[in-house]
Order: sequence, then structure tokens, then C-alpha cells
Amino acid sequence: MPSLKDVSDKIVGVKKTSQITKAMNMVSAAKLRGAQQKMEDFHPYAGKFNDTMASLSGASGDYPLMEVRDVKTAEIVVVTSDRGLCGSFNANIVKMAEKKMAEYEAAGVKVSLVCVGKKGNQALKKTGKVRTKHLDIMGNFQMFNAREIAQDIAANFEESGADEVTIMYGHFKSVGVQVPTAIHLLPVKPTEEAGDEVAAASGDYIYEPSQEEIMEVLLPLYMNVMIYNSMLQVGASEQAARMTAMDNATNACSDIVDELTSIFNKARQAAITGDLMDIVGGAEALKG
Amino acid sequence: MAQIELEVVTPAGPVVREQVDIVTAPGFGGVFGVLANHAPFLSTIKIGELAYKQDGSESALMVSGGFCEVSDNKITFIVESCEKGTDIDVDRALKAKERAEKRLAEVKAKGEKINMVRAEAALHRAIARVSVAQKSN
Repeated sequence: MPSLKDVSDKIVGVKKTSQITKAMNMVSAAKLRGAQQKMEDFHPYAGKFNDTMASLSGASGDYPLMEVRDVKTAEIVVVTSDRGLCGSFNANIVKMAEKKMAEYEAAGVKVSLVCVGKKGNQALKKTGKVRTKHLDIMGNFQMFNAREIAQDIAANFEESGADEVTIMYGHFKSVGVQVPTAIHLLPVKPTEEAGDEVAAASGDYIYEPSQEEIMEVLLPLYMNVMIYNSMLQVGASEQAARMTAMDNATNACSDIVDELTSIFNKARQAAITGDLMDIVGGAEALKG
Repeated sequence: MAQIELEVVTPAGPVVREQVDIVTAPGFGGVFGVLANHAPFLSTIKIGELAYKQDGSESALMVSGGFCEVSDNKITFIVESCEKGTDIDVDRALKAKERAEKRLAEVKAKGEKINMVRAEAALHRAIARVSVAQKSN
């Protein structure tokens, strides 16, 4: 039987923990709003960008970023958060990357990794395959961060350091659901044949410089857009996952407090009963 | 006068959405102007000054790389960043320009190619910022 003091100390401790988890839950809720806003702000840019990409789908040519080669080395860009305490969010992305790595290796393809975000790097550095890492940027990043990452990946691809690049991140589906997702990044696949209408419309465009040269500018930008988008998604997913995790932790704390309180009461009652017995016993002895 | 709809979007959200008389922008082949009912047009955009006139008043924005599309009497700029001239502090911009010049000279002396491209881009941005700021203030 634990002593009364032990139990009451433990109750105080658990209550303090629950205060912290509750606060973290609220902080994440506030940060989630910011991250969602950032995602919304990016939406028009991405939409317009994709429209233009589609209207250029007629352009054909040899672009280094569209070159399809036999896959000897595959690169996986793993986008995770910098901080933990968000449930299995990062673990799920890492697990997905590990599975893909195993698949590649079974097929005799070498794998290199680019880690964006500390948690992915922590989990994957023991594989010794991490080529580059971009840490401590997930908290407050901007387009130029994505551009640096994109430039590095593109340069590596052009030098045949990798023949295929996949990007993995946690897709923000809703506050409750974040899905680890893999997206093919390089070589850029030509957009599927646009409908006749679009093709006809794009034929009337005046291009400056030529369609092909515009594509050359657009392709690296396309990578920026993809990477920035995945970072935004992870940013929002991380906060949502942390909110859920902290909510669960707070609930677990109150369950433990209930349990401990009932143990405490039992111990208290046992102590009182014991004391009473002593008093009654003592009184009886005096009477005797 | 017939007007054209101007829209500027950046990754951080839309910046401008207005009906304007004329837009001049730093295109791939030099500065170009677009009036209402322009033919469909697609061009890359360099770092520089995007100016537009609206009922006689002129506004200037500093834009960095991206591209622009004209169709259906609407001109859309899809750029990586954009600053309003009135938001730029001239003194700070001038100092940034000096710094960029110094850095470019240093890098040139060392002969680092990648850093040189970066330093040049920084200087271009600084110059564009100064000219936009001086016009707007």
C-alpha cells in the first residue's frame, strides 16, 4: 500500500503535467491557424502556376529536369517536422520512407536521402544514406528556403546523382487526419494531354521568349512550388497532430488523476480505520 | 479608357487585384507595356519594377523573378516576391545596395561562381528596390 504522501505527491505531479499538455494543445491550435492561413495564401499562386504549366504542355524539348533515365539511384526527399511530441506523425512518414527504401534496394537501386526537418534526419541518419539535410527551418520558412532545397536537388539530378526523385510528406487532410504521402518529383512528367479547347487556346499565345525557354524557367519553379507545398502541408499537419496528441495526453492525465484519487481515498480511509481501532482499543484497555 | 484587370500573386498571397489603364513590366526581352484587350501573351519576368497607371495616378511595385500571363483582358503576374514601393524604406534600400555591391566585388575577387550568381541577383534586387522606392516616395 503506497503511503498517503506518495499518492498525493503523484496526483500533484500528474496535474502539473496535464497543465503543460493542455497549454501545448492550445499553442498548437493557435499555430495551426497560422499554418492553415499560410496554406490558403499559397493556394492562388499554386493554382495559377498549374494553369500556366498546363497551357504550356504543348511545348516539347529536351529539358534536363525532364530527362528520363534508367533508375540506378533513387532519391527520397523526406519532409518532417523539427519537433516531436506530435504522436506518430513523423514516425509514419519515416516508416513510409523506410518501406520505399527497402523496395528500391530489393530491386537493386541505390537510395539517397534528403531530409527536410530534424525528426526525419534523426530517424534516418543511422542508415548512412542521408545526402543533404535541411534542419531547423520548419518553424518559420519561406519560399526561398524551398528554393534552396529545390536547387540542390535539381543540381544533383542534373549531375546524374539521382535518376528519380520522390518527395514524402504528411498531407494535411483535416485537423484529425494527416496522411503520409509520396509524390513523384523528378524527372518532371509532361502534363497529360490537355483537352482540345486548351490546346487551341494556347496556340494563340505570344511567347516571350519561346515556349521552350519559358519551360526552362518554369520547371525549376515547379519544383519550388512542389517542395514549398509539401513543407506547408507538414507545417499544418504537425500542429494538428500535436493538438490531437496533447488532447489525448490531457485526457490520459485526468484518467490517472481519477485513479490515483480513488487510491488516495482508500488509503485515507484505511488510515482512519486503523487510527479508530487504536483509539477504541486503547479506550477498552483503560476501562479494563 | 478601357481598362485591364491586373493581378499579382506571390506564394504569400495575392498582392494586387485592380482595374488599371496600363501596366509596364520587366520582361525577358526588356520592359514591355500592356494595355486593355492585349492579345494572349506569356512572358518570363526578371527582377525589376512593375508599374501601373490607374486613373492618372501611378504606382510601382518591386517584383522578383516569375512570369506573367495575359488573357481575356486580364494580366496575371506569378512572382516569387513583390513589395509595394510605398512600403520600402529608401535609406535602408540604398544601404542594402551598397552592401550588395561590396559583396559582389569580394566574390568576384575570389572567383566563386555560384556565389557570384547569388550576389548579382541580390544586387539586382537592391537596385530595383531603390528605384521603386525613390519613385514612390
